[in-house]
Amino acid sequence: MSYKIFKINEDLKDFMPPEIVDLEEKATWGNPKRGVMDLPYSKELIEEHSLCAGCPESAAFRYILASLPNPEDTIIVNSTGCTSLVFPHIALHTVHSLFGNQNAVASGIKRVLEWRFPDKVKDVIVLAGDGATVDIGLDCTLQSFFRQEKITTICFDNEVYANTGGQESGMTVKGHVFKMAPKGKQWDKVPMWQLAIDSGCHYVVRMTVSSPKKVEKVIKQAIYVAREVGPTYIHLYTPCILEIGLNADDGLEEMRRTDKERFKFFEYMTDAAKEVIERKKEEGLI
Amino acid sequence: MAKLGPSGYSPYPVAMYEDILTPPPGKALLFNEIVDEEIAMREAAKAMLTRENPTIFPGPQVLYAWNEEAKEKARLVRKIAETLGAKIIPMYDYRPKYPKIDPEKEINPNHPNLTIWHNNIKACIFIGVHCHYANVALKIIRAETDCFTIAMCGNAGHEDAMITLRDQHTEELEKFIRVAEEVKKELGK
Repeated sequence: MSYKIFKINEDLKDFMPPEIVDLEEKATWGNPKRGVMDLPYSKELIEEHSLCAGCPESAAFRYILASLPNPEDTIIVNSTGCTSLVFPHIALHTVHSLFGNQNAVASGIKRVLEWRFPDKVKDVIVLAGDGATVDIGLDCTLQSFFRQEKITTICFDNEVYANTGGQESGMTVKGHVFKMAPKGKQWDKVPMWQLAIDSGCHYVVRMTVSSPKKVEKVIKQAIYVAREVGPTYIHLYTPCILEIGLNADDGLEEMRRTDKERFKFFEYMTDAAKEVIERKKEEGLI
Repeated sequence: MAKLGPSGYSPYPVAMYEDILTPPPGKALLFNEIVDEEIAMREAAKAMLTRENPTIFPGPQVLYAWNEEAKEKARLVRKIAETLGAKIIPMYDYRPKYPKIDPEKEINPNHPNLTIWHNNIKACIFIGVHCHYANVALKIIRAETDCFTIAMCGNAGHEDAMITLRDQHTEELEKFIRVAEEVKKELGK
Protein backbone atom coordinates (compact mmCIF):
# COMPACT_ATOMS: atom_id res chain seq x y z
CA MET A 1 0.00 0.00 0.00
CA SER A 2 1.08 3.55 -0.52
CA TYR A 3 -0.19 6.87 0.66
CA LYS A 4 -1.23 7.44 -2.97
CA ILE A 5 -4.50 5.81 -2.02
CA PHE A 6 -5.36 9.08 -0.29
CA LYS A 7 -4.69 11.09 -3.43
CA ILE A 8 -7.99 12.23 -4.85
CA ASN A 9 -8.58 12.21 -8.60
CA GLU A 10 -8.53 15.80 -9.83
CA ASP A 11 -11.66 15.31 -11.92
CA LEU A 12 -13.78 14.46 -8.89
CA LYS A 13 -12.09 16.63 -6.28
CA ASP A 14 -14.81 19.32 -6.50
CA PHE A 15 -17.34 16.87 -5.11
CA MET A 16 -15.33 15.71 -2.12
CA PRO A 17 -16.03 17.15 1.33
CA PRO A 18 -13.30 19.37 2.79
CA GLU A 19 -12.35 16.93 5.55
CA ILE A 20 -11.43 14.31 2.96
CA VAL A 21 -9.53 16.82 0.81
CA ASP A 22 -7.66 17.87 3.97
CA LEU A 23 -6.59 14.26 4.52
CA GLU A 24 -4.74 14.45 1.24
CA GLU A 25 -3.44 17.99 1.47
CA LYS A 26 -2.82 18.62 5.16
CA ALA A 27 -2.22 15.22 6.75
CA THR A 28 1.35 14.21 7.49
CA TRP A 29 1.84 11.18 5.28
CA GLY A 30 5.29 9.99 4.30
CA ASN A 31 7.10 11.94 7.00
CA PRO A 32 8.69 9.81 9.75
CA LYS A 33 9.45 12.97 11.72
CA ARG A 34 5.77 13.72 12.20
CA GLY A 35 4.70 14.16 15.81
CA VAL A 36 2.39 15.80 18.31
CA MET A 37 3.71 19.25 17.43
CA ASP A 38 1.96 18.87 14.06
CA LEU A 39 -1.43 18.57 15.75
CA PRO A 40 -2.44 22.25 15.61
CA TYR A 41 -1.36 22.66 11.99
CA SER A 42 -2.09 19.42 10.18
CA LYS A 43 -5.11 17.31 9.45
CA GLU A 44 -5.47 14.63 12.10
CA LEU A 45 -6.03 11.02 11.18
CA ILE A 46 -8.96 10.94 13.57
CA GLU A 47 -12.00 12.73 12.25
CA GLU A 48 -14.17 12.75 15.34
CA HIS A 49 -14.52 10.51 18.35
CA SER A 50 -17.44 9.14 20.28
CA LEU A 51 -15.76 9.12 23.70
CA CYS A 52 -16.97 11.23 26.60
CA ALA A 53 -16.07 14.91 26.78
CA GLY A 54 -12.63 15.31 28.36
CA CYS A 55 -11.79 11.61 28.16
CA PRO A 56 -8.02 11.15 28.63
CA GLU A 57 -8.21 8.14 26.33
CA SER A 58 -9.18 10.44 23.45
CA ALA A 59 -6.08 12.56 24.15
CA ALA A 60 -3.94 9.41 24.22
CA PHE A 61 -5.49 8.34 20.94
CA ARG A 62 -4.66 11.64 19.25
CA TYR A 63 -1.08 11.67 20.50
CA ILE A 64 -0.49 8.10 19.40
CA LEU A 65 -1.93 8.64 15.92
CA ALA A 66 0.12 11.80 15.55
CA SER A 67 3.31 9.96 16.55
CA LEU A 68 3.16 6.94 14.22
CA PRO A 69 6.28 7.13 12.06
CA ASN A 70 4.71 5.28 9.15
CA PRO A 71 0.93 5.74 9.27
CA GLU A 72 0.36 4.87 5.61
CA ASP A 73 1.78 1.41 6.30
CA THR A 74 0.51 0.86 9.82
CA ILE A 75 -2.21 -1.57 10.79
CA ILE A 76 -3.86 -1.16 14.16
CA VAL A 77 -5.51 -4.11 15.86
CA ASN A 78 -8.00 -3.20 18.53
CA SER A 79 -10.39 -4.93 20.82
CA THR A 80 -13.72 -4.36 22.49
CA GLY A 81 -13.78 -1.30 24.70
CA CYS A 82 -14.48 2.42 24.64
CA THR A 83 -11.88 2.94 21.92
CA SER A 84 -13.43 0.40 19.61
CA LEU A 85 -16.12 3.00 18.92
CA VAL A 86 -13.44 5.38 17.68
CA PHE A 87 -11.62 3.07 15.31
CA PRO A 88 -14.13 3.30 12.49
CA HIS A 89 -13.43 7.04 12.31
CA ILE A 90 -9.70 6.93 11.87
CA ALA A 91 -8.04 7.12 8.47
CA LEU A 92 -5.88 4.03 8.95
CA HIS A 93 -6.25 0.32 8.47
CA THR A 94 -7.75 -1.18 11.60
CA VAL A 95 -8.93 -4.63 12.57
CA HIS A 96 -11.41 -5.22 15.35
CA SER A 97 -10.61 -8.58 16.88
CA LEU A 98 -12.58 -10.66 19.30
CA PHE A 99 -12.31 -9.52 22.92
CA GLY A 100 -8.87 -10.58 24.14
CA ASN A 101 -7.65 -11.98 20.82
CA GLN A 102 -5.90 -8.84 19.66
CA ASN A 103 -2.29 -9.95 20.09
CA ALA A 104 -2.94 -13.26 18.34
CA VAL A 105 -4.59 -11.46 15.41
CA ALA A 106 -1.76 -8.93 15.27
CA SER A 107 0.82 -11.74 15.24
CA GLY A 108 -0.83 -13.29 12.21
CA ILE A 109 -1.10 -9.98 10.38
CA LYS A 110 2.54 -9.13 11.04
CA ARG A 111 3.78 -12.50 9.83
CA VAL A 112 1.70 -12.39 6.65
CA LEU A 113 2.78 -8.83 5.89
CA GLU A 114 6.44 -9.74 6.32
CA TRP A 115 5.96 -12.61 3.89
CA ARG A 116 3.84 -10.68 1.40
CA PHE A 117 5.80 -7.40 1.46
CA PRO A 118 9.40 -8.38 2.32
CA ASP A 119 10.76 -5.12 0.91
CA LYS A 120 8.43 -2.82 2.87
CA VAL A 121 8.20 -1.72 6.47
CA LYS A 122 4.79 -2.50 7.91
CA ASP A 123 4.07 -1.68 11.52
CA VAL A 124 1.46 -3.63 13.44
CA ILE A 125 0.22 -2.04 16.64
CA VAL A 126 -2.20 -3.39 19.20
CA LEU A 127 -4.35 -0.81 20.98
CA ALA A 128 -6.61 -2.26 23.64
CA GLY A 129 -7.92 -1.60 27.10
CA ASP A 130 -6.85 -3.19 30.35
CA GLY A 131 -9.67 -5.74 30.26
CA ALA A 132 -8.64 -6.99 26.82
CA THR A 133 -4.90 -6.88 27.46
CA VAL A 134 -4.59 -8.10 31.02
CA ASP A 135 -7.78 -9.92 32.00
CA ILE A 136 -9.54 -11.64 29.14
CA GLY A 137 -6.63 -11.49 26.70
CA LEU A 138 -3.69 -12.10 29.05
CA ASP A 139 -2.97 -15.46 27.45
CA CYS A 140 -2.80 -14.05 23.91
CA THR A 141 -0.84 -11.02 25.10
CA LEU A 142 1.85 -12.99 26.93
CA GLN A 143 2.06 -15.71 24.29
CA SER A 144 2.83 -13.09 21.65
CA PHE A 145 5.67 -11.83 23.88
CA PHE A 146 6.99 -15.37 24.40
CA ARG A 147 6.97 -15.91 20.62
CA GLN A 148 8.90 -12.66 20.14
CA GLU A 149 6.36 -11.28 17.68
CA LYS A 150 7.53 -7.98 16.24
CA ILE A 151 4.51 -5.97 17.33
CA THR A 152 3.91 -3.03 19.64
CA THR A 153 1.24 -3.50 22.30
CA ILE A 154 -0.29 -0.43 23.87
CA CYS A 155 -2.62 -0.85 26.83
CA PHE A 156 -5.05 1.89 27.79
CA ASP A 157 -5.40 1.27 31.49
CA ASN A 158 -8.40 2.96 33.08
CA GLU A 159 -8.36 0.47 35.95
CA VAL A 160 -11.98 -0.60 35.43
CA TYR A 161 -14.42 -2.07 32.90
CA ALA A 162 -15.78 1.37 32.19
CA ASN A 163 -18.19 1.09 29.30
CA THR A 164 -20.12 -1.78 30.84
CA GLY A 165 -20.93 0.11 34.01
CA GLY A 166 -17.88 -0.18 36.26
CA GLN A 167 -16.82 -3.74 37.08
CA GLU A 168 -13.39 -4.26 38.65
CA SER A 169 -10.62 -5.48 36.40
CA GLY A 170 -7.25 -7.03 37.07
CA MET A 171 -5.82 -3.55 36.80
CA THR A 172 -8.08 -2.06 39.46
CA VAL A 173 -6.14 -0.92 42.52
CA LYS A 174 -6.70 -2.89 45.74
CA GLY A 175 -9.51 -1.40 47.77
CA HIS A 176 -11.06 0.66 44.92
CA VAL A 177 -14.86 0.63 44.89
CA PHE A 178 -16.85 0.88 41.66
CA LYS A 179 -20.55 0.81 40.90
CA MET A 180 -20.47 -2.89 40.07
CA ALA A 181 -17.73 -3.70 42.60
CA PRO A 182 -19.27 -2.41 45.84
CA LYS A 183 -17.10 -4.46 48.22
CA GLY A 184 -13.91 -3.01 46.83
CA LYS A 185 -11.12 -4.83 45.03
CA GLN A 186 -9.74 -7.63 47.18
CA TRP A 187 -6.40 -8.16 45.41
CA ASP A 188 -3.49 -6.14 44.17
CA LYS A 189 -3.25 -4.53 40.76
CA VAL A 190 -1.57 -6.81 38.22
CA PRO A 191 1.96 -5.51 37.52
CA MET A 192 1.58 -5.91 33.77
CA TRP A 193 4.73 -3.95 32.89
CA GLN A 194 6.76 -6.43 34.97
CA LEU A 195 5.02 -9.40 33.35
CA ALA A 196 5.92 -7.88 29.96
CA ILE A 197 9.58 -7.69 30.95
CA ASP A 198 9.60 -11.23 32.30
CA SER A 199 7.85 -12.49 29.16
CA GLY A 200 10.49 -11.15 26.80
CA CYS A 201 9.50 -7.61 25.77
CA HIS A 202 12.46 -5.56 24.67
CA TYR A 203 11.06 -2.16 25.49
CA VAL A 204 8.52 -1.54 28.24
CA VAL A 205 7.12 1.73 29.52
CA ARG A 206 4.55 2.66 32.15
CA MET A 207 3.31 6.23 32.14
CA THR A 208 0.32 8.54 31.99
CA VAL A 209 -0.53 10.64 28.93
CA SER A 210 -0.13 13.97 30.73
CA SER A 211 2.88 14.90 28.61
CA PRO A 212 2.28 14.70 24.84
CA LYS A 213 5.94 15.03 23.82
CA LYS A 214 6.90 12.21 26.14
CA VAL A 215 4.14 10.02 24.72
CA GLU A 216 5.43 10.71 21.20
CA LYS A 217 8.97 9.74 22.12
CA VAL A 218 7.90 6.51 23.79
CA ILE A 219 5.59 5.48 20.95
CA LYS A 220 8.27 6.04 18.34
CA GLN A 221 10.88 4.17 20.36
CA ALA A 222 8.52 1.24 20.91
CA ILE A 223 7.66 1.03 17.21
CA TYR A 224 11.27 1.20 16.02
CA VAL A 225 12.33 -1.47 18.51
CA ALA A 226 9.40 -3.72 17.55
CA ARG A 227 10.34 -3.40 13.87
CA GLU A 228 13.86 -4.67 14.35
CA VAL A 229 14.13 -6.55 17.62
CA GLY A 230 10.92 -7.95 19.07
CA PRO A 231 7.81 -7.23 21.13
CA THR A 232 7.39 -3.93 22.94
CA TYR A 233 4.80 -2.94 25.53
CA ILE A 234 3.48 0.44 26.62
CA HIS A 235 1.19 0.78 29.60
CA LEU A 236 -0.70 4.07 29.62
CA TYR A 237 -2.89 5.36 32.41
CA THR A 238 -6.03 6.83 30.84
CA PRO A 239 -8.45 7.28 33.75
CA CYS A 240 -12.17 6.97 33.20
CA ILE A 241 -13.28 10.30 34.62
CA LEU A 242 -16.89 9.18 34.53
CA GLU A 243 -16.31 6.09 36.67
CA ILE A 244 -14.09 7.80 39.23
CA GLY A 245 -16.44 10.75 39.54
CA LEU A 246 -14.45 13.57 38.00
CA ASN A 247 -15.51 16.45 35.81
CA ALA A 248 -14.68 16.66 32.11
CA ASP A 249 -11.80 19.04 32.76
CA ASP A 250 -10.25 17.01 35.59
CA GLY A 251 -8.64 14.24 33.52
CA LEU A 252 -5.30 15.99 33.06
CA GLU A 253 -4.99 16.80 36.76
CA GLU A 254 -5.79 13.20 37.66
CA MET A 255 -2.99 11.99 35.39
CA ARG A 256 -0.54 14.57 36.74
CA ARG A 257 -1.35 13.41 40.25
CA THR A 258 -0.71 9.74 39.46
CA ASP A 259 2.48 10.73 37.57
CA LYS A 260 4.04 11.00 40.99
CA GLU A 261 2.42 7.87 42.42
CA ARG A 262 1.60 4.49 40.95
CA PHE A 263 2.09 5.63 37.35
CA LYS A 264 5.46 7.20 37.87
CA PHE A 265 7.37 7.04 34.58
CA PHE A 266 9.04 3.66 34.27
CA GLU A 267 11.13 2.57 31.31
CA TYR A 268 12.92 -0.68 30.58
CA MET A 269 14.93 -1.61 27.54
CA THR A 270 17.22 -4.45 26.55
CA ASP A 271 20.66 -3.83 25.07
CA ALA A 272 19.35 -4.65 21.60
CA ALA A 273 16.55 -2.12 22.04
CA LYS A 274 18.97 0.49 23.30
CA GLU A 275 21.13 0.07 20.22
CA VAL A 276 18.11 0.67 17.93
CA ILE A 277 16.98 3.70 19.90
CA GLU A 278 20.46 5.26 19.87
CA ARG A 279 20.73 4.71 16.14
CA LYS A 280 17.32 6.25 15.48
CA LYS A 281 18.25 9.22 17.63
CA GLU A 282 21.39 9.72 15.57
CA GLU A 283 19.26 9.58 12.43
CA GLY A 284 17.09 12.32 13.91
CA LEU A 285 13.95 10.19 13.91
CA ILE A 286 13.34 10.34 17.66
CA MET B 1 -37.86 -10.49 -10.08
CA ALA B 2 -35.61 -7.51 -9.57
CA LYS B 3 -38.47 -5.08 -10.05
CA LEU B 4 -38.56 -1.51 -8.89
CA GLY B 5 -39.02 -1.32 -5.15
CA PRO B 6 -39.87 -0.87 -2.45
CA SER B 7 -39.84 -4.62 -2.20
CA GLY B 8 -39.64 -4.72 1.59
CA TYR B 9 -37.33 -6.70 3.77
CA SER B 10 -39.34 -9.88 4.03
CA PRO B 11 -38.39 -12.56 3.32
CA TYR B 12 -35.20 -11.31 1.61
CA PRO B 13 -34.80 -8.44 -0.83
CA VAL B 14 -32.18 -10.44 -2.66
CA ALA B 15 -32.60 -11.02 -6.37
CA MET B 16 -30.58 -14.23 -6.12
CA TYR B 17 -33.40 -15.75 -4.07
CA GLU B 18 -35.58 -15.15 -7.13
CA ASP B 19 -33.22 -17.05 -9.44
CA ILE B 20 -31.61 -13.89 -10.78
CA LEU B 21 -27.89 -14.26 -11.29
CA THR B 22 -25.28 -11.87 -12.56
CA PRO B 23 -24.99 -11.79 -16.37
CA PRO B 24 -22.47 -13.90 -18.31
CA PRO B 25 -19.40 -12.12 -19.73
CA GLY B 26 -20.24 -9.78 -22.60
CA LYS B 27 -23.88 -9.47 -21.54
CA ALA B 28 -25.83 -7.30 -19.15
CA LEU B 29 -28.82 -7.67 -16.89
CA LEU B 30 -31.95 -5.59 -17.43
CA PHE B 31 -34.30 -6.36 -14.53
CA ASN B 32 -34.46 -10.15 -14.78
CA GLU B 33 -33.43 -10.48 -18.43
CA ILE B 34 -30.01 -11.12 -19.86
CA VAL B 35 -29.55 -8.68 -22.73
CA ASP B 36 -26.82 -7.24 -24.93
CA GLU B 37 -24.68 -4.65 -23.23
CA GLU B 38 -25.76 -1.89 -25.62
CA ILE B 39 -29.46 -2.46 -24.94
CA ALA B 40 -28.84 -2.24 -21.18
CA MET B 41 -26.75 0.89 -21.69
CA ARG B 42 -29.57 2.55 -23.65
CA GLU B 43 -32.09 1.73 -20.94
CA ALA B 44 -29.71 2.96 -18.26
CA ALA B 45 -29.17 6.25 -20.08
CA LYS B 46 -32.92 6.57 -20.63
CA ALA B 47 -33.64 6.04 -16.93
CA MET B 48 -31.05 8.60 -15.91
CA LEU B 49 -32.33 11.15 -18.44
CA THR B 50 -36.01 10.78 -17.65
CA ARG B 51 -36.26 10.12 -13.92
CA GLU B 52 -36.01 12.73 -11.16
CA ASN B 53 -32.72 13.72 -9.53
CA PRO B 54 -30.42 11.34 -11.37
CA THR B 55 -27.30 10.82 -9.27
CA ILE B 56 -23.98 9.09 -9.69
CA PHE B 57 -22.40 7.53 -6.61
CA PRO B 58 -18.69 7.11 -7.36
CA GLY B 59 -16.87 4.92 -4.85
CA PRO B 60 -13.26 4.87 -3.62
CA GLN B 61 -12.05 2.90 -6.62
CA VAL B 62 -12.65 5.86 -8.94
CA LEU B 63 -12.36 8.71 -6.43
CA TYR B 64 -8.74 8.04 -5.54
CA ALA B 65 -5.80 8.10 -7.95
CA TRP B 66 -4.46 4.71 -6.94
CA ASN B 67 -3.65 3.64 -10.50
CA GLU B 68 -3.75 4.98 -14.06
CA GLU B 69 -7.10 3.37 -14.89
CA ALA B 70 -8.70 5.00 -11.84
CA LYS B 71 -7.55 8.43 -13.05
CA GLU B 72 -9.02 7.84 -16.50
CA LYS B 73 -12.24 6.44 -15.04
CA ALA B 74 -12.64 9.54 -12.86
CA ARG B 75 -12.46 11.75 -15.96
CA LEU B 76 -15.07 9.57 -17.68
CA VAL B 77 -17.38 9.53 -14.64
CA ARG B 78 -17.39 13.31 -14.68
CA LYS B 79 -18.15 13.26 -18.41
CA ILE B 80 -21.02 10.81 -17.86
CA ALA B 81 -22.45 13.12 -15.19
CA GLU B 82 -22.25 16.08 -17.56
CA THR B 83 -23.84 14.11 -20.40
CA LEU B 84 -26.71 12.84 -18.25
CA GLY B 85 -27.13 16.04 -16.26
CA ALA B 86 -26.63 13.98 -13.11
CA LYS B 87 -25.46 14.99 -9.67
CA ILE B 88 -22.38 13.39 -8.12
CA ILE B 89 -22.43 12.30 -4.49
CA PRO B 90 -19.10 10.70 -3.64
CA MET B 91 -18.88 7.60 -1.45
CA TYR B 92 -15.36 8.31 -0.33
CA ASP B 93 -15.14 5.74 2.44
CA TYR B 94 -17.27 3.33 4.40
CA ARG B 95 -16.79 4.62 7.91
CA PRO B 96 -20.05 4.64 9.85
CA LYS B 97 -21.44 7.92 11.02
CA TYR B 98 -21.71 8.54 14.74
CA PRO B 99 -23.45 9.49 16.88
CA LYS B 100 -26.61 9.56 14.82
CA ILE B 101 -27.82 9.20 11.27
CA ASP B 102 -31.15 10.08 9.78
CA PRO B 103 -32.39 6.78 8.33
CA GLU B 104 -34.96 8.55 6.23
CA LYS B 105 -32.26 10.46 4.43
CA GLU B 106 -29.28 8.20 4.52
CA ILE B 107 -28.33 4.59 4.05
CA ASN B 108 -26.90 3.30 7.26
CA PRO B 109 -24.54 1.87 8.41
CA ASN B 110 -22.43 1.07 5.42
CA HIS B 111 -22.82 4.18 3.38
CA PRO B 112 -22.96 7.28 5.51
CA ASN B 113 -22.53 9.36 2.40
CA LEU B 114 -25.05 7.51 0.28
CA THR B 115 -27.90 9.94 0.56
CA ILE B 116 -31.34 9.04 -0.69
CA TRP B 117 -33.05 12.27 0.33
CA HIS B 118 -36.34 10.78 1.47
CA ASN B 119 -36.36 8.75 -1.76
CA ASN B 120 -36.18 11.81 -3.96
CA ILE B 121 -33.36 10.30 -5.99
CA LYS B 122 -35.20 8.22 -8.56
CA ALA B 123 -32.26 6.95 -10.61
CA CYS B 124 -28.67 6.32 -9.68
CA ILE B 125 -25.46 4.77 -10.92
CA PHE B 126 -23.04 2.94 -8.65
CA ILE B 127 -19.50 3.01 -9.97
CA GLY B 128 -16.22 2.21 -8.26
CA VAL B 129 -17.93 1.05 -5.10
CA HIS B 130 -16.34 -2.04 -3.60
CA CYS B 131 -18.56 -5.03 -4.43
CA HIS B 132 -19.41 -6.11 -0.89
CA TYR B 133 -20.60 -2.61 0.00
CA ALA B 134 -22.39 -2.13 -3.32
CA ASN B 135 -24.27 -5.38 -2.66
CA VAL B 136 -25.47 -4.24 0.75
CA ALA B 137 -26.43 -0.75 -0.40
CA LEU B 138 -28.26 -2.00 -3.50
CA LYS B 139 -30.27 -4.43 -1.39
CA ILE B 140 -31.24 -1.69 1.05
CA ILE B 141 -32.23 0.72 -1.72
CA ARG B 142 -34.25 -1.97 -3.47
CA ALA B 143 -36.00 -2.89 -0.23
CA GLU B 144 -36.89 0.62 0.86
CA THR B 145 -37.22 2.85 -2.21
CA ASP B 146 -38.31 2.91 -5.82
CA CYS B 147 -34.99 4.29 -6.98
CA PHE B 148 -33.86 2.88 -10.33
CA THR B 149 -30.41 1.48 -9.58
CA ILE B 150 -27.73 0.93 -12.18
CA ALA B 151 -24.50 -0.88 -11.31
CA MET B 152 -21.47 -0.22 -13.51
CA CYS B 153 -19.20 -2.87 -12.15
CA GLY B 154 -15.58 -3.67 -12.98
CA ASN B 155 -16.17 -7.28 -12.02
CA ALA B 156 -19.17 -9.61 -12.34
CA GLY B 157 -22.05 -7.18 -11.66
CA HIS B 158 -24.80 -7.00 -9.05
CA GLU B 159 -28.07 -8.86 -9.43
CA ASP B 160 -29.91 -6.50 -7.05
CA ALA B 161 -29.51 -3.54 -9.38
CA MET B 162 -32.25 -2.90 -11.93
CA ILE B 163 -29.55 -2.76 -14.59
CA THR B 164 -26.16 -4.32 -14.12
CA LEU B 165 -23.32 -3.77 -16.54
CA ARG B 166 -20.32 -5.99 -15.90
CA ASP B 167 -16.60 -5.64 -16.76
CA GLN B 168 -16.89 -1.90 -17.14
CA HIS B 169 -13.53 -0.36 -17.84
CA THR B 170 -12.48 2.79 -19.67
CA GLU B 171 -13.44 1.47 -23.10
CA GLU B 172 -16.93 0.51 -21.91
CA LEU B 173 -17.42 3.84 -20.14
CA GLU B 174 -16.53 5.67 -23.38
CA LYS B 175 -19.09 3.48 -25.16
CA PHE B 176 -21.69 4.37 -22.51
CA ILE B 177 -21.05 8.07 -23.09
CA ARG B 178 -21.62 7.62 -26.84
CA VAL B 179 -24.83 5.69 -26.21
CA ALA B 180 -26.02 8.29 -23.66
CA GLU B 181 -25.43 11.10 -26.19
CA GLU B 182 -27.50 9.22 -28.79
CA VAL B 183 -30.35 8.59 -26.34
CA LYS B 184 -30.26 12.22 -25.27
CA LYS B 185 -30.69 13.29 -28.91
CA GLU B 186 -33.54 10.83 -29.44
CA LEU B 187 -35.31 12.19 -26.36
CA GLY B 188 -34.80 15.72 -27.65
CA LYS B 189 -32.90 16.80 -24.51
